Amino acid sequence: MSDDIKADKVLDLKGLACPMPVVKISKGIKEVEVGEVVEAVTTDPGSLTDFPAWAQTSGNEIVKTEQDGDVIRFFVKRSS
Amino acid sequence: MENVEQQVAELQNQLAALQGQRVENKLSMVVFSGDLDKVLASMVIATGAVAMGMEVVMFFTFWGTPVLRDANKSVGGKDMMGKMFGAMLPKGTGQVKLSKMNMGGMGTMMMKNLMQKKNVASLEEMLALAEELGVRIIICEMSMDLMGFKREEMIKYEHLDFGGVAKFIAEAGTSKIQLFI
Repeated sequence: MSDDIKADKVLDLKGLACPMPVVKISKGIKEVEVGEVVEAVTTDPGSLTDFPAWAQTSGNEIVKTEQDGDVIRFFVKRSS
Repeated sequence: MENVEQQVAELQNQLAALQGQRVENKLSMVVFSGDLDKVLASMVIATGAVAMGMEVVMFFTFWGTPVLRDANKSVGGKDMMGKMFGAMLPKGTGQVKLSKMNMGGMGTMMMKNLMQKKNVASLEEMLALAEELGVRIIICEMSMDLMGFKREEMIKYEHLDFGGVAKFIAEAGTSKIQLFI
């Protein structure tokens, strides 16, 4: 958990393979208000390129990406 | 004054014509193949596209058609050719095989096990997800007729429709992306 960014919702997407992480974040982001942050935790290395692509297309912002071994944490701010 | 009215009418006509050509944030796909790997790829792209905010239409035709048969439904009243096609072609997602390395079904079985182990969604799960996400599926009427399939033997799917090439072209014509798989 990051010190400066507080997540309003946490999505555990560990173990899921393509396309599930992106499908789940696209649903999960709609469950928070605009301006709020979803923390998505994945173990799919492909999500390192997929999440930024998804964020750019869907008009959301990845405010922070953390990597700890196989575990990747994205802090996604709902922007639209 | 008359001139202005005429111009307005002309503009309205042009606007209507433009609306017919507008490109929507939509993906249209032809699923021609009935191979497990290719159908799976089409489902991954379809559900991924919805996640990216797109509307998705899948047009199942030719070898792709039998993938959408319901394994638990059987209908009577088929002619000899219809019965033959019915028996030889896969009956639903469970009988679909890999395009390569099938090895009499062994390869497909191994791939399914591997997918489960690696947490990759099965074709059945992908289809259920597509339904939940609102992916539209259109089954080619001509393929069904050719292979002797009836509407009653196809799967129950909320956004299912039957149609022909004109329907696909109309959808593809207003799509950002068109794929043939």
